[in-house]
Amino acid sequence: MQERNQSVRFEQLILPHLDAAYNLARWLTHNDQDAQDVVQEAYLRAFRFFHGFRGGDSRAWLLTIVRNTCYSWLQQHQADELTVPFQEELHDVGTETLDPEVLHLHSSDQQRLREALETLPVEFREVIILRELEELSYKEISGIAHVPMGTVMSRLARGRKWLQRYLTAHMNEEE
Amino acid sequence: MDCTEVQRLLHAYLDAELDMADTLEVEQHLQECKDCLQSYNNYQEIRTAIKTSSLYFQAPEKLRHNIRSSVLKANRNAFLSHVTSWRGLSVAAVLLFAILLSLWGITRLWPTSSGNNVLAQEVLASHVRSLMANHLVDVPSSDQHTVKPWFNGKLDFSPPVVDLKAQGFPLVGGRLDYLDNQPVAALVYQRRKHIINLFIWPSTQNMGGVTDTNTPQGYHLMHWTKSGLTYWAASDLNLNELQQFVRLIQAST
Repeated sequence: MQERNQSVRFEQLILPHLDAAYNLARWLTHNDQDAQDVVQEAYLRAFRFFHGFRGGDSRAWLLTIVRNTCYSWLQQHQADELTVPFQEELHDVGTETLDPEVLHLHSSDQQRLREALETLPVEFREVIILRELEELSYKEISGIAHVPMGTVMSRLARGRKWLQRYLTAHMNEEE
Repeated sequence: MDCTEVQRLLHAYLDAELDMADTLEVEQHLQECKDCLQSYNNYQEIRTAIKTSSLYFQAPEKLRHNIRSSVLKANRNAFLSHVTSWRGLSVAAVLLFAILLSLWGITRLWPTSSGNNVLAQEVLASHVRSLMANHLVDVPSSDQHTVKPWFNGKLDFSPPVVDLKAQGFPLVGGRLDYLDNQPVAALVYQRRKHIINLFIWPSTQNMGGVTDTNTPQGYHLMHWTKSGLTYWAASDLNLNELQQFVRLIQAST
């Protein structure tokens, strides 16, 4: 009966995080069908490794597997996605200056924001998704992305700065 | 703190990941420096936009259905026919192996049935019940001088009640609860929307340091003893902030 209990526990602890799994995979692979494939595979792996789950946050546990599955998938199918250089010097703005310009986003900027996030290199995109959409702590993100907490912080900082530049640049284009 | 330092810590500040001392220093600086404040406001604007722009992708119903039925049927070995449609037999074989594996060592999952773990379960159950049963507090008050005397005559000890409003953990009230076969004090604190239950009762045990337990339900439990009292804090708050809360309580009891 142990496998029966196992399956019930899996259903209670892991299945409810399907949206989180899909959202992460969707943002990392850029499209629906690939995200679905990745999530199916990640759930299989999760089921396989579930006996090793020692408690703790089941969502962070699942997202670690989803993220690993995504990266394996990207390596096989979109290897160049993993080597996109991070171009800090977008639109000739220096990196160390403050940005005193006031940023006012409107609902019409949603599409811009989505675009900006899609363009961000994957290792910056993932920390922003995990922090802003999943509201995970630096410690949890550091576990999922296998990087030190200081790196989580600096990626968030550089990622947000970059988004801000992107949005400011495009607002100016329209005016 | 100067602008360079504040810019370095600004994101940790935005994410509530700074300790109390740095938080206060950053806040102080933001009140005085227009440029840093602007930069803070811009990042907040972006964060809000990300959260409110429906950027979250919900899983399609089809995927939900596929995964759910795969898991449900795993027991009846019908997983085989399900997986073959999309991943081929190799995965089916792997899964079969997984099911066989699960026949062995899965008995050591939390919670086990010994000592502190039983108590941890009790504490967790009490925390969850207090949130579900519409019985969070018996004495709703943010005033420590109202809450503390309320326990007089209800308990044979006087629990220390401190208000941490200034530090961002306002007191919500107190409640009588029953744990470890005795009546205990439950103090309720709040951090944003997160409720923290702090259970206190006399203890002869003395342990050094704080133990924390993760629960599969996503709650954190922290446990320590001090001056003859045992303390348990339970919350769905993130671990960092809960640790900060525990340090504040320890510093003032």
